[in-house]
Amino acid sequence: MSNLQLLFDAPILCVQLLVDGILIGAIFALAAYGMALVWGVMNVVTICQGEFVMLGGYTAYFLYKAGVHPLFGVPIAAALLFAFGWALYRAVIFRVVDGDLFISILATFGLSILLQQLANQLFGADVRTAESGFRTLFFFDGMVTVSVVKIVAFVAALVVGVALLVFLKRSRMGQAIRATAQNARAARIMGVDTTRVYAATFGLNAALCGAAGALVAMTWLIHPYLGLPYTVRSFMIVILAGLGNVAVVLAAGMGLGAAENFAGFLLGAEYQAAFVFALLVAILLWRRFWLGRTRRYLK
Amino acid sequence: MRRPLGRGTPLIGALAVMVAAGAAANAKVEGDTIVLGAAVSLTGKYSTNGKNTQDGYDLAVARVNELGGVQVGDTSYKLEVVYYDDESTPARAAQLAERLINQDGVKFLLGPYSSGLTKAIAPVTEKYKIPMVEGNGASLSLFTEGYRYLFATLTTTQFYLREAVNLAAATAEAAGRSPADLKVAMAFENDPFSQDIRAGVTEDAERWGMKVVVDDKLPPEINDMAATLTKVKAVKPDLLLVSGHTKGATLAVRQTAEMRVDVPMVAITHCDSAQVAETLGSAAEYFLCASQWDRSLSYRDDWFGTAEEYAQRFEATFDYAPPYQAAESTAAVLVFVDAFRRAQSFDTEKVRDAIAATDMETFYGRIKFDETGKNIAKPMVLYQVQDGQYKVVAPAEWASAKLIYPRRLAD
Repeated sequence: MSNLQLLFDAPILCVQLLVDGILIGAIFALAAYGMALVWGVMNVVTICQGEFVMLGGYTAYFLYKAGVHPLFGVPIAAALLFAFGWALYRAVIFRVVDGDLFISILATFGLSILLQQLANQLFGADVRTAESGFRTLFFFDGMVTVSVVKIVAFVAALVVGVALLVFLKRSRMGQAIRATAQNARAARIMGVDTTRVYAATFGLNAALCGAAGALVAMTWLIHPYLGLPYTVRSFMIVILAGLGNVAVVLAAGMGLGAAENFAGFLLGAEYQAAFVFALLVAILLWRRFWLGRTRRYLK
Repeated sequence: MRRPLGRGTPLIGALAVMVAAGAAANAKVEGDTIVLGAAVSLTGKYSTNGKNTQDGYDLAVARVNELGGVQVGDTSYKLEVVYYDDESTPARAAQLAERLINQDGVKFLLGPYSSGLTKAIAPVTEKYKIPMVEGNGASLSLFTEGYRYLFATLTTTQFYLREAVNLAAATAEAAGRSPADLKVAMAFENDPFSQDIRAGVTEDAERWGMKVVVDDKLPPEINDMAATLTKVKAVKPDLLLVSGHTKGATLAVRQTAEMRVDVPMVAITHCDSAQVAETLGSAAEYFLCASQWDRSLSYRDDWFGTAEEYAQRFEATFDYAPPYQAAESTAAVLVFVDAFRRAQSFDTEKVRDAIAATDMETFYGRIKFDETGKNIAKPMVLYQVQDGQYKVVAPAEWASAKLIYPRRLAD
């Protein structure tokens, strides 16, 4: 409990934890948008989100090595991963779209292992970083530090989120995606090429993860096995926020980031993940209880 | 061509070996050659370090033979090593140890690469009462089993960061402060390797009466240390210790700089393998890094001269700079040579006792075993990153550069 005492002695630390949590939560939210999208539209749960993040990270890393600023790695990683996601849909995912949810989990789990091992073979197991050269900002006599790269990542996550929202609302493909999500069969009858919609959705998901990965390489580090925590966090955020709402996904991401940071501070790093899962269980129980109390009626 | 014998031949082979063993009563010494045996990883996941190990052994054998071999009685014996490839798998390593002992009649074994493989072979050498000197199994758990015939030239894991604690204490005393006033923050990965290191550090911190203010266990999948470092920043420790393989090293360097965690002394492991000075630039400045050995150390012996001369000879022979894995392997051969000389015998018990009584200076550092067989005389060294270079700063008597304290944050 001495850690709690510390927070009371120096409340400014709360600001640090909160800011850090919110900034990193936005990056989690990016991968979660993608998962929600694919889940909602295709009824496929992608367990290889983290691997797309990792591949996006390596894209940024290699661009950085080639002399390109890693910030430009964000759109380039997104574009490359879009193509990769599209190809992956054509090769594998289309086979599981109409199947059981469980089959899709198994298939993408297999993909995640494949991608990890391939990355290990191709890029080696070494830990890599892409240096952005951004500085750190200091507030309150250096007690609160915010690195510019995290702010950039946060803004980028917001921009991508808004772009996604506009894309889904305004563009033809966005409308087709929403139509397919509502009722794939009806959409098909109305002339929507659902195969293309699915491929685009899956590509979009990979692109979102790729953008997140490029930000991760700039902010922390990347290696072939970093995927799992990102997959798990996306899953949690989607469970919390539901499938339909981009803004809620972002809020859930930031909330999760902040909760994780406070847990890590108070309980020690070893309980950081455990706390988050306990929170997930609590929220699910609460939601169930609350749903049971609301009157349901037909609109 | 790893298994030249066909399916039907093992029985005949075994018979032939039995006959041969009968003929040459002392197969471990053939004529004027002492035969050592080793299973090393020439293929598989440890193949790089396995080759370092083999090269280390080969260089020692070549040098000892060049200098006239080992004088036992009136004869000067040459050394030779029989190698097998253990394919980086423990089961194969144990099998090959049996083969070396039973079929090839080898009476003295050199270790394989890695703690895991050493752990697989140790019960075999123990069973046959065959002395094994190894240079690449650092896990403390190798030395808690009561093995009588296992000896290690390298420093075991719990010593990896102790030197940093002692250095902090010495620095405090020099500045007129009591080491008991020092506050220590630690973040160690939750795996056996890093927790071994933590156990050693805790022991020393307690001995000095230091106060441990942060003691976080980093989960193996950690990608962000911000929560731990915020705490470190708040409690303002005098010493920060981090170990979590290359990932922990990279995170510690990157995030302490980014969050401006201003701790006067920070010590970590794996900075050479994580290449923190090369890739993270000024963020790595003044970090202390633990290492087994370095060519700039002022150790020396009669076989190789100084550590630097050893490194030059190694480079001339194998065309790459010797990593510490090679140096500690070379030292393992030297331990045998020294023991043969003192035992003046090839009786395995006498040689074992002579090894146990080893107390020698080598280019790799001093070697003296405790009753469990681990080398307790050689300290870990601490590098400090100074101007992008790794400079040895501790322990003081081997240092090639002066410690920069307190650590200054890069702008």
